[in-house]
Amino acid sequence: MSARALINVPRKARRGDVIEIKTLISHIMETGFRHGTMGELIPRDIITSLSCKYNGEEIFATQLYPAIAANPFVTFHTVATESGTLAFHWIGDNGFEATEEAKIVVE
Amino acid sequence: MDGFDITRREALIAGGLAAAGAASLASPPVAASTPGQMEHAIRSLIGEAEVRKGKVTLDLPPLVENGNTVPLTVIVDSPMTKADHVKAIHVVNEKNPQANVISVQLGPRAGKAHVSTRVRLAGTQTLTAIAEMSDGTYWSDSQEVIVTLAACLEDLI
Amino acid sequence: MHPPHGIAIGAVVAVLGMPLALAEIPLDQRRSGYDQLSPASRAMQDDDTSNPATLTVLDGEALWGRKAGEANKSCADCHGDAATSMRGVSARYPAFSPAKARPIDIEQRVNLCRTEQQKVAPLAHESRDLLALTAFIGKQSRGMPIAVTNDEKTRPFIEAGQRSYGMRQGQLNLSCQNCHDDHWGQKLAGVPLVQGHPNGYPLYRLEWQSVGSLQRRLRNCLIGMRAEPYAYGADEYVDLELFLMWRARGMTVETPAVRP
Repeated sequence: MSARALINVPRKARRGDVIEIKTLISHIMETGFRHGTMGELIPRDIITSLSCKYNGEEIFATQLYPAIAANPFVTFHTVATESGTLAFHWIGDNGFEATEEAKIVVE
Repeated sequence: MDGFDITRREALIAGGLAAAGAASLASPPVAASTPGQMEHAIRSLIGEAEVRKGKVTLDLPPLVENGNTVPLTVIVDSPMTKADHVKAIHVVNEKNPQANVISVQLGPRAGKAHVSTRVRLAGTQTLTAIAEMSDGTYWSDSQEVIVTLAACLEDLI
Repeated sequence: MHPPHGIAIGAVVAVLGMPLALAEIPLDQRRSGYDQLSPASRAMQDDDTSNPATLTVLDGEALWGRKAGEANKSCADCHGDAATSMRGVSARYPAFSPAKARPIDIEQRVNLCRTEQQKVAPLAHESRDLLALTAFIGKQSRGMPIAVTNDEKTRPFIEAGQRSYGMRQGQLNLSCQNCHDDHWGQKLAGVPLVQGHPNGYPLYRLEWQSVGSLQRRLRNCLIGMRAEPYAYGADEYVDLELFLMWRARGMTVETPAVRP
């Protein structure tokens, strides 16, 4: 089942503006510390990292741990340098991978 | 006048015991926190470097409605220029089964050292945010958060 | 004449045969659970880009256009653009179904469409797809006043829901009324008691870390009172949902809301 992601980036910005980027992705973020009804340990299943590239150059990277709440919400900032594409890449346990893109116009 | 057959006090005690009972039945911790885990985690991340208080603001609500989803923001006072910027931010906790919360790599392209996310807290505890600066210095801020349990716990079924 | 609480009011209702608007919270004192949210949770609800339920709504939007069943129809094939056709729908559910000769809730309505119109199996309660569709449909009523019908057809069911609401249950021997009418605003185990209005469902509950339906929340309460919860889809839930919506009439729909 593909994960649904939501990116919030201003569509337009002036060169040099510092813009806020908000990311939200659906994921259970199973900690690996919980037990099921029969006492069995539920294995860990989390997103372990998120990175963002702005026209190919990495501008942000983060490592996530079980302490991050389900449906990870991560926000950060970047300088609007030029028009182009922001590419987001999530990686997680059990081969999880997701990508999303957002375009920005910088004038 | 009150309409309660049993006293409110009795109902709350019964509810509290039942809730505590349900909590311990539903999720016995396999790995509780270890004393000093926060300090240990900090050392694992940054070695023996000195950590100074200041420049960093760790923002969490002092009292949270639910420990499952707690908004957390870290802001570091830095011009974020090539010469002077925040390279990384680490957040660690003291009472979760695992001490690391999040680590973030930034650079001059960030414009602002201001990140936020939502975290899970296993109970009332202190968190610490550490910023690694481009000049090799480390700065930190800590905050205690009070976490209450939801009043009516759901069965796992 | 001041009827005493609880059982006596039930008796009065049964005798007069109409729902009692008094004894509960006066209409102008009703408050949405939103009012008791922390500022951080309010911010989460108000901003679609940070509300985790938005992901579920987007899933619902995708499902709305997907063809299904022997009839190979999508919701959109009959209902067109949901923003128009579904506007105000959730605000008046549960609604009376002539086919079932009783009120049905929005989940049952969706499943009725699936079995009768799309000719496909109904969706399970609390399944990802059913939550997605009901969240998407519910969102089309956001900002509108709750407007369920109270007429000679629905009245017996509203009254049945009201009786459930006032009935002590479970090992803790509590009724919904004990907490949500008599002690709202005070605290239970450190947590503020809300009035318990259903104006934000399906919603993202921080405790669940996922979106859930009103029935799931009602089950939580029953389990919390150490009462045996009814099975999902039970008439008792729909009657209670209808009563709660009637109790919240005129209040603003916040779907998809965020609650602790």
